[in-house]
Amino acid sequence: MSDLNSNIPEGELTNKWTKFKSSVALVNPSNKRSIEVIIVGSGLAGASAAATLAEMGYKVKCFCFQDSPRRAHSIAAQGGINAAKNYQNDGDSTYRLFYDTIKGGDYRAREANVHRLAEVSANIIDQCVAQGVPLAREYGGLLDNRSFGGTQVQRTFYAAGQTGQQLLLGAYSALERQIGMGKVEMYTRHEMLEVVKIDGKARGIIARNLITGELERHFGHAVVLGTGGYGNVFYLSTNAMGSNVTAAWKAHKQGAYFANPCYTQIHPTCIPVSGDHQSKLTLMSESLRNDGRIWVPKKKDDNRKASEIPEDERDYYLERRYPAFGNLVPRDVASRAAKERCDAGYGVGASKLAVYLDFKANTERYGKIEASKAGIHNPDKETCMRLGTAVIKEKYGNLFDMYAQITGENPYETPMRIYPAVHYTMGGLWVDYNLMTSVPGLYCTGEANFSDHGANRLGASALMQGLADGYFVLPYTIGAYLSKEISVKAIPTDHPAFVEAEAKAKGILDTLINIKGTKSVDHFHKRLGHIMWEKCGMARNAEGLNEAITEIRALRAEFWKDVRVPGTSDELNTELEKAGRVADFIELGELMCIDALNRNESCGGHFREEYQTEEGEALRDDVDYAYVAAWEFKEGVNFELHKEELKFENIKVAQRSYK
Amino acid sequence: MSTGNMNLTLKVWRQKNNKTTGALVDYKLADISPDMSFLEMFDVLNEQLINKGEEPVVFDHDCREGICGMCSMFINGRPHGPKDLVTTCQLHMRSFKDGDTIVVEPWRAAAFPVVKDLTVDRSAFDRVIAAGGFISVNTGNAQDANNLPIPKMQADAAFEAAACIGCGACVATCKNASAMLFVSAKISQLALLPQGQPERYRRVQSMVAQMDAEGFGNCTNTGACEAECPKGISLENIARMNRDFASAKFVSEETV
Ligand code: SF4
Ligand code: FES
Repeated sequence: MSDLNSNIPEGELTNKWTKFKSSVALVNPSNKRSIEVIIVGSGLAGASAAATLAEMGYKVKCFCFQDSPRRAHSIAAQGGINAAKNYQNDGDSTYRLFYDTIKGGDYRAREANVHRLAEVSANIIDQCVAQGVPLAREYGGLLDNRSFGGTQVQRTFYAAGQTGQQLLLGAYSALERQIGMGKVEMYTRHEMLEVVKIDGKARGIIARNLITGELERHFGHAVVLGTGGYGNVFYLSTNAMGSNVTAAWKAHKQGAYFANPCYTQIHPTCIPVSGDHQSKLTLMSESLRNDGRIWVPKKKDDNRKASEIPEDERDYYLERRYPAFGNLVPRDVASRAAKERCDAGYGVGASKLAVYLDFKANTERYGKIEASKAGIHNPDKETCMRLGTAVIKEKYGNLFDMYAQITGENPYETPMRIYPAVHYTMGGLWVDYNLMTSVPGLYCTGEANFSDHGANRLGASALMQGLADGYFVLPYTIGAYLSKEISVKAIPTDHPAFVEAEAKAKGILDTLINIKGTKSVDHFHKRLGHIMWEKCGMARNAEGLNEAITEIRALRAEFWKDVRVPGTSDELNTELEKAGRVADFIELGELMCIDALNRNESCGGHFREEYQTEEGEALRDDVDYAYVAAWEFKEGVNFELHKEELKFENIKVAQRSYK
Repeated sequence: MSTGNMNLTLKVWRQKNNKTTGALVDYKLADISPDMSFLEMFDVLNEQLINKGEEPVVFDHDCREGICGMCSMFINGRPHGPKDLVTTCQLHMRSFKDGDTIVVEPWRAAAFPVVKDLTVDRSAFDRVIAAGGFISVNTGNAQDANNLPIPKMQADAAFEAAACIGCGACVATCKNASAMLFVSAKISQLALLPQGQPERYRRVQSMVAQMDAEGFGNCTNTGACEAECPKGISLENIARMNRDFASAKFVSEETV
């Protein structure tokens, strides 16, 4: 059934990566100096790859659209990074991390990739600590861990609520070191607008200098995209305002298959929408679920304040439905359960689209522990709350401050209101075991590829994957390709392929500027987001998806007739940048709906209402859908399906249960 | 859902590019909600400008959750506005009153030239980091992370210095446009950790040299930077940097 070759090495699962590394062809140092690699994106997956490839001796060019590589959105990841270190001696192992990730992904990820991820996870922590990343420590001076949704071991390393920031700044410092040594040429405020292909291979990119508007041609023996996810297709998401699919989508249109686009992660703990002006949603780290209990009133339409609702009139619905994992069920399960309660009329807050995340019980518990440490026997409630609040503050202070700043409410006193929001996209460009897309010489790393999380990503696994790809996987696997390229001289950028690609990019920019329509780019983006959230969001059905496809096509036609982009293309023009990105989001949105419609099952971040158990849990169809759906772009915005069959040889596929 | 009822007058710096001069331009805004963030208020302004056929105000922003360090507005004479410990994107309109006039300008510093409107060029910060703001360890060279225990207090202190988001508010608020707080935060983070020791003195020298080369001013201890820093980076870092810089001169040639 597979017509895609994933190039998974032969042999035992546990030996595949070791064997691959020791047998992959090498490029000798003098050849590396004349081999050029282009990296698009400077987040965890891009910066780590750029730094590592430069350390190895390749000539690297790295591009980002922000004003500095340090701004990439990996920086906003809060909770932590998983690694199978077993420092807590709680039974963790490479196999267990592998198993948890496959299970958490609802059996829709590739075994060999996930096992490799688990294997290198421990190296990441070592590397980051060596770089001076200040991860949280215990009093004994050793690294601290916390637990995260979907697992029963403590394997998550963290730096307060700023883990992404600290890891990214580590990768950024490694990258800047190489820039300082002249081994990486950094292009900030540049956006990739086209992949250049010569004789079927990726040989460079067209990038727009966002300050001058100039289109530039850049040659590379290989091109790597580490450009992040496409959650902003929903307009509102936890992504940064600039996060976009454009680089991946241009690659897709040049022949790179797009895999599992419908797998979208809706994060259960975000600050609810406050009004029509809302421009983005803010995540409250999942780590809060370690110490917060989620509840809604037992009574419908209960308008009392949280503090006025007595204990026995509260429904701790996650603890009720999933006694084994309770508040720590995986994200997709927690999100759907919140939606279910709100849809049924039990939501809280002005919009009624929120549930409570309550820290009171654990604050008191921590307070008791602190009191007894301080030799206070039988402390009163007030003392407990005061001491406990200090503990909570130490663990989550910055998150609580952020919540207070955004909502104007004090979360130390009243429970937080939370609601699910789009957070991460498991789908992305299809890649083989080497992280190469279906275009030879074009690679994809981090969130931008589809590879490791199946249909649902576990908390604290995104940072792990981004850094695994960039530090430890790609630098090896790309050698398999580049070792055959050593005789290729740098191709001059007046080659017709570059000329043509540049003309194409220019054509799109000119068209956008010249439409001179009546509605802003944001107007179209919001409408797209609305369609996607209503019909391709947390729950989907065939009827809604069919409607969505029709509506998106109509929206696309209207966009190209009526969008208004002020200014010109030869200057800093943020509206023009947004217009190009939204044009790509509209096409992607259609593909997401097509993919969701094709997948007649529910799994992880894809929940089809027609396919659920009597208790409302996702119902997979392993006979017909245990495959990766990889879509090929065809002229006129059409898509052709290719399938990569998923074989589970080391794990018994089972119905996920967190009860 | 909140609907707004605040009426505001904005005076916004408009400048086409770095070759032209700029000026403050007045805009009236009505029906602003107190729950909006400051940047969402700018979204409303820009939507209105676009609908009128004018060019929107260009400003830097990305994460809108106070962590990327990209937003950078000088609001009523203060970088990131009137609230302490908050970035522009995390400032909300409830910090203002109905009828207020708000003046919004870009960061002003010779080392941060204006690019357009409220957007400036902060690449000087990157070059200071490239000069030495790292530990020289190639990928694959690391030992097991727990082979190097670090006392919690020390790790926490390094973490506090590492919280800097590179926004440049410290430079913008300083009358000398000094970058000492930013530079000292990175130097302190690494100087506080055992991993940072081998390059400690070489690092401070090369980063300070680059800082000077970029045209940042000198520090005259006014403390404005600490007061305006959205991440609470402490002046102690500057003291530590100065000590290290002074010691570096006495450390033998081989170590530096
Ligand atoms: S020290 Fe503070 S004000 Fe200066 S760049 Fe860092 S975070 Fe911004
Ligand atoms: S936009 Fe990222 S810190 Fe304000």
